[in-house]
Amino acid sequence: MDNHKLNKILLVFEGKKGSLISILQRVQEEFGYLPEEALSSIADFLSLPPSQVFSVATFYKHFFLSRRGDHIISICQGTACHVCGARDLLAVAEKILGIKTGQTTPDYKYSLERVGCLGSCALAPAVLIDDEVYSKMTPDRLKELLTGDLDKIKAQKTPRT
Amino acid sequence: MGRPILKQPERDHKIDSHDALQGLREALIAAGETTRKEVRVCCGSSCISSGADSVREAFIDQIKELELEEDIGVKRVGCHGFCEGGPNVVVAPEGIFYQHVTKEDVPEIISETLLEGRVVERLLYKDPATDKRYIYKRDIPFFKKQKRIVLKNCGHVDPADIEDYIKVDGFEAFARALTGMTPEGVIEEIKQSGLRGRGGAGFPTGIKWETAHNTPADKRYIICNGNEGDPGAFMDRSVMESDPYSVIEGMMIAGYAVRASKGIIYVWSGYPLAVHHLSDAIAQATDLGLLGHDIMGTGFDFNIEIIKGAGAFVCGEETAMIASIEGKSGRPRPKPPYPAVQGLWGRPTVVNNVETFATVPRIILNGSDWYSKIGTAQDKGTKIFSLVGKVWNRGLVEVEMGTTLREIIYDIGGGIQGGRPFKAVQTGGPSGGCIPEELLDLPVGYESLAEAGSVMGSGGLLVMDEGTCIVNIARYFLDFAQNESCGQCSPCRIGTKQMFKILDDITKGKGEPGDIEILLELSDALKKGSVCGLGMTSPNPVVSSIRYFRKEYEEHIYEKRCRALACKPLIHYHIKKYRCKACMRCLRACPVGAIIGAKWQVHEIDQSKCIKCGTCMKVCPPRFSAVECITGPIEELGEKGE
Repeated sequence: MDNHKLNKILLVFEGKKGSLISILQRVQEEFGYLPEEALSSIADFLSLPPSQVFSVATFYKHFFLSRRGDHIISICQGTACHVCGARDLLAVAEKILGIKTGQTTPDYKYSLERVGCLGSCALAPAVLIDDEVYSKMTPDRLKELLTGDLDKIKAQKTPRT
Repeated sequence: MGRPILKQPERDHKIDSHDALQGLREALIAAGETTRKEVRVCCGSSCISSGADSVREAFIDQIKELELEEDIGVKRVGCHGFCEGGPNVVVAPEGIFYQHVTKEDVPEIISETLLEGRVVERLLYKDPATDKRYIYKRDIPFFKKQKRIVLKNCGHVDPADIEDYIKVDGFEAFARALTGMTPEGVIEEIKQSGLRGRGGAGFPTGIKWETAHNTPADKRYIICNGNEGDPGAFMDRSVMESDPYSVIEGMMIAGYAVRASKGIIYVWSGYPLAVHHLSDAIAQATDLGLLGHDIMGTGFDFNIEIIKGAGAFVCGEETAMIASIEGKSGRPRPKPPYPAVQGLWGRPTVVNNVETFATVPRIILNGSDWYSKIGTAQDKGTKIFSLVGKVWNRGLVEVEMGTTLREIIYDIGGGIQGGRPFKAVQTGGPSGGCIPEELLDLPVGYESLAEAGSVMGSGGLLVMDEGTCIVNIARYFLDFAQNESCGQCSPCRIGTKQMFKILDDITKGKGEPGDIEILLELSDALKKGSVCGLGMTSPNPVVSSIRYFRKEYEEHIYEKRCRALACKPLIHYHIKKYRCKACMRCLRACPVGAIIGAKWQVHEIDQSKCIKCGTCMKVCPPRFSAVECITGPIEELGEKGE
């Protein structure tokens, strides 16, 4: 872990009350996850017991304590997506990637996650790949996305239905 | 990106009085008063995910190429709410509404509509039930039956251009409150209007403000609750993305009324565009001196900060949200003391929902009299619903309180897809309940929905047809609740888990006699014993669905049948021997090789291998229709199929 980068982030929050969550968000943005050493340094910085920092880091769904894949595949499990077959999409993705939901492929290429609701309910079912929403997803299209060269597909950027 | 109407130096000019604001507005309106046409491209999250960005770029590029920039403007606007047909494009001033626009359609729209005044027929909205096409947005039934007060700017105003907002009376309500009303006068106005919290619980907004105002303190806070984690609801996202200025203006008015100097917007982590637009809006308002120190020379200071949530649904509960802002785990605490008395850092804090804040400027501008005439005697004003599920027209709809569910689903939503029969509508998300057909004429309101065993909640409306299983939906919501429970109090932590387990068993055909009674008993315990609203309301989907659809639960438990054919363990695919032509299609398509047979040999499904994916049924030619999906114990298969 790059201590220099971490210190740079911490400096911004010097003297700010209640900034633990914002710090964790910034650190995760920088490193992709929350390395254990970083959590200890943050605890020192805020003069908090490490247990409290770990407690907060494990309470919120958006914090990750281990390295994640280059591409994050989040399959929306909101209500509208649920009735339009989101569970099947999750099963398909698990099968294609060979991992369970919440896991990362051994080559660190993909992480598979379920997400509560993306707010794209009128275009259900929705899948979020990195920061892009793909709407009205079908198992076939998902298969195409996950087995093809994702970088190339994203470059063409045609998430049309 | 709006057209830069005013040059940069003038922008640096602060708005230091009500007159200055009015002057700027008049100048902006005069500068924009031309007869030129405008293309309004919706750039809400949903339309962007359908490709709106490339459509907008194509318009800009091609109009530039044709040197038509003087005559045709391209404006990014917020969400029309009709996300199903995105990307949406409106040609103003006529109001021609195009759907599913791709960048390939752009040249045609320019040459036909913008230059020749002709309509591109195929891009018009077509009513799926009647096949009738509509030219103008205002005529489309989806929009016609709505009453858009909170959403009035969505689809018209550029969400990233404060001047565009100022043109449509933006910040006028704030200026009037600040320079012409006392804080007590503002609170009285809100009280008189009858506005109730739009986050779901419906607490009178004016009383909340008054409590915070009357509690002695050295500092007070305004918090905007944008932690819209409700699955199936996206009105707050849309308002924050499409009309961020109304939200901050509402907060500014609240800040003045309760004498707070700091506002915080807590935004759901999954809404990056909302964060982006709100940050922009705050920066622009600060630039113009509408936020900051000594606003309009009145001595009133107000600043707004954005805090991104970290993915905890429970943080939508006000005390949990406050804990989260303080940097702690978001666990609710018992109330009282209410946040209006003791909130953030122990100070009086007003926590209101996005929609509530966005309503406030409209009330101050038009008066409480005007607002209190909208709606019913009990419920004033309008409510935004996110209409999703098996209806034709899905999206955001704003209707007057007291509108019936039937009007929303059939008149606005266009009815059930494929003309299938309606089964139920789930209102209020994980805290709400299922409402059956016999109650469709129920007028929407906080109390009327509660009487029917549901809640208004944040306004999710999930429409279900016969293909949606009620037990499966109840299981879904309890799965959500047990996942999102913060784990602090045992009724919620253990109760939701056990209820989920029982429901999961029922949908898997492992239900036992007595399950319904245990579910109801647990529901009662959760309702009485939980610390916060999440636990207290989490049994609602179960209790209401047992109340109206008990028969379906019993079928699952006693007969192992799912009439909606949605619970996989309870269904079987089967090939009718007398219809099968042994064409090998399903045999080849089956992903797990579960179909036995050969050419000239009638096919059969090996139930032990079948994963119930339904592929065989999809590939079987309609003229054969040999594959059927049936429910019930597998032993009955033979006699049923033949």
